[in-house]
Amino acid sequence: MAEVVDSVWSERGTSPGAIEAALRALLTERHRGELGAQPARALNLVCVVDRAWSGEIANRLRGVGRLHASRTVVCSVETGPPARTQLDARVSVTGPVGGDAPLVRETVVVSVGERHLEHLDTIVDPLVVTDVATVVWAPHGHPEALDALTTRFAGGPPIAQVVLVDSLDEPDPRAALERVGALARRAHVVDLSWLRGTPWRERVAAAFDPPARRPELRRLAGVTVRHRRDSGVAALLLAGWLAARLGWRPAALLRDGDALTGRLTSRHGDVRVRLEPDAEMAAPGLCAITLHGASGGSLELSRGIGGLRARRSDPTGAQRTWTVLGASRGEPGILGEGLRQALLRDPIFAEALGAARGMAA
Amino acid sequence: MADTLTVNPLTAGLERLPVHPTTLVIFGATGDLARRKLLPALYNLAHEGALPERFHLVGSSRSEMADEEFRARAADAVRAFSRRPPDEAVLEALLASSCYVSGSFDDPTVYERLEAVLTAHDEEAGEPLDRCFYLSTAPSFFPVIVRELGARGLDTHAGTGGLEGAQARVVVEKPFGSNLHEARELNAQVLDVFREGQVFRIDHYLGKETVQNVLAFRFANAMFEPLWNRNYIDHVQITAAEDIGIGSRAGYYDASGALRDLIQNHMLQLLTLLCMEPPVSFSADEVRDEKVKVLRAIRPPAAGDAVRAQYTAGTTSGEAVPAYRDEEGVPDDSTTETYAALRLEVDNWRWAGVPIALRTGKRLARKVTEIAVTLKPVPHQAFGMDGAVGPQPNQLVLTVQPNEGVTLKFGAKIPGVGGPNSRMRVRPVNMEFLYGTAFLSQSPEAYERLILDAMRGDATLFTRNDEVEAQWAICEPVLNAWAAERGGPATYPAGSQGPAEAEALLEGGWRAI
Repeated sequence: MAEVVDSVWSERGTSPGAIEAALRALLTERHRGELGAQPARALNLVCVVDRAWSGEIANRLRGVGRLHASRTVVCSVETGPPARTQLDARVSVTGPVGGDAPLVRETVVVSVGERHLEHLDTIVDPLVVTDVATVVWAPHGHPEALDALTTRFAGGPPIAQVVLVDSLDEPDPRAALERVGALARRAHVVDLSWLRGTPWRERVAAAFDPPARRPELRRLAGVTVRHRRDSGVAALLLAGWLAARLGWRPAALLRDGDALTGRLTSRHGDVRVRLEPDAEMAAPGLCAITLHGASGGSLELSRGIGGLRARRSDPTGAQRTWTVLGASRGEPGILGEGLRQALLRDPIFAEALGAARGMAA
Repeated sequence: MADTLTVNPLTAGLERLPVHPTTLVIFGATGDLARRKLLPALYNLAHEGALPERFHLVGSSRSEMADEEFRARAADAVRAFSRRPPDEAVLEALLASSCYVSGSFDDPTVYERLEAVLTAHDEEAGEPLDRCFYLSTAPSFFPVIVRELGARGLDTHAGTGGLEGAQARVVVEKPFGSNLHEARELNAQVLDVFREGQVFRIDHYLGKETVQNVLAFRFANAMFEPLWNRNYIDHVQITAAEDIGIGSRAGYYDASGALRDLIQNHMLQLLTLLCMEPPVSFSADEVRDEKVKVLRAIRPPAAGDAVRAQYTAGTTSGEAVPAYRDEEGVPDDSTTETYAALRLEVDNWRWAGVPIALRTGKRLARKVTEIAVTLKPVPHQAFGMDGAVGPQPNQLVLTVQPNEGVTLKFGAKIPGVGGPNSRMRVRPVNMEFLYGTAFLSQSPEAYERLILDAMRGDATLFTRNDEVEAQWAICEPVLNAWAAERGGPATYPAGSQGPAEAEALLEGGWRAI
């Protein structure tokens, strides 16, 4: 296994131009030392984080493994007092030495003050690789930084084309969905809450994919989604996806104890929707989904060992159970998937989000 | 949303399309291919949630063993060869319902027991599951297994319980015959039982992401296609070089040789992808129709356009290695070629007159599989050559392995100042794209993609019957000519670039391996 070596530069009271020059110098130096060294050029990731929590974010990013961005620019925000007025920066170029075409990644950590956030675009712009997609992730808020990075910069396109969010960070699901909707008007949004639902959507789609099963989609009479207490937004997005894809007209869900319930209409009849929290659930996201047929049958998918546990009941009450295989991605895997999805475009998210907002109204 | 449910509205936008519930039967389940490739591929598909929502694995082989022993062996194979450390919970769930049917492949009772297992899985599901029979056995068993499957009626799967019927498919590993006659005979035997649409002939090269990228490179970019013809392309070199010897495959390899092992299948696949016309769509038959047209436009090479050779003792990676004839299991008087090179031409409007050279060999200087397209030189050299390499023809190299990527060689000015009278000097430089630098995802193993496609019924990356026969039609005259030769093959030292005799095939010479 090739040895991994960091080349490092740091400076207090620096400028974006000096940081960019240091990056170039480190890359040239690395290339001189290792002629085959290739800088990764898949994705820029701009993280805007509170300095106090930057270690936790660094740990989360380390967990994504191979799905790491090519160049990561961490804007570490110091809230003071005293108010930070100057920029400090540390640049590292990391990669293996030896081996075939060793891949090099760059990390820039810039310490900024709150006063820098409104014009963060002018700091970040020289630091990202041109012509490579840029995703911004601001897990601790800082809306002014998001604004600066996702609005047109100096008359040109915005610096970031993609915003990574986790709607679970917002306690109120309705507010979370509205925020995502607002962001989606100016950038492509990748929501980790939506990605946590991907295996569920794949499995529900697969369950009705054999031609003999497809007509059952028109005869669905109810959907129950269980979720971790803080993950109501993930349940809304899953129900929103079904509503959008199956032509159910969204209607506002009402509170029924801890649950949200409502009745959506479709060309083939009403569909009862119930989203209920599960107090036992430890991992963020969804816990189970049950699709109820009009004639009494149902399909339930729930978390299990080695995959999802599936249970199909026919109208006579006969039941069959089996395991739908799949490993849990864990939260690092979800974040890595978020970075990967920043390079793709999910054509269904917007319509699912629209239906979910209709149900959360 | 679609008005009718001929299309599943829930699959829109999903990166991974569903595969219908399936029982996969691997014949030769205790063999090397199953252990090293198929079982680890199945595990990785399970890990990623890509297998059908209901999936059962059935192993079949001659060795007697209980289901538990088969599961234990399969788990060991996954632990040893999976590209990721297995999640034990997923591995256990994958193998929990797997079972094993032992016996000789020509024994009808094997298929009787197999049918009972398959029926039990259908009954447990309450619906007929698709059935996929994977022939990972010695080629001599292919016709036997197919015949017995047909005799037992396992080539079709009628619906039961009011549900529509499921599909039955057969996956056939290479080699598909060892000459044209055998390929035709095997095709006839397989197609006597299964329809062509049910047959999936594996060429695992087609499952490689970088091989599929040849199509993306050609047909998703406007930049290169206008140059992709005899007016601009001088010649093409396709290389599949290995630095290793034959390992423990002496029995297979000595009967086969380099031309059958790599050129007849993998390398002709690369050639067809490089030379085919744009298909109307990327459906299985549209793509394969275009590939077959290329193969039919290739004349079998004349005697002087084919070179065979065998390695002698030499040095690779600093270690002395024996000659081919001194490898364990190889006869002392073997004339099997460990190196083969062909010079072909595609006689059609686009490619007429463009030499396309193929070479493959064992124990060469380096492991590399690549396609190098050399363009014609500029019509007039305006730059002097003094003190510089000077402009060279542009070269585009598509590297399939190991450093997957694309390199474009072009001329650039050598930096330097010398006043108004200084010379303008040019040398070739490389513009490189490496897969690893531009994508975050790890490429799946070829077998993962191919197993999933076969279960899904998508034959785009599989070889059609007429394609196999067209491949053999090109190679067989060469094999016949070599068989009729009195002398043995030429030789080359292990660790070298190959035999000197191959130099004559290509004016201007081969690229360094």
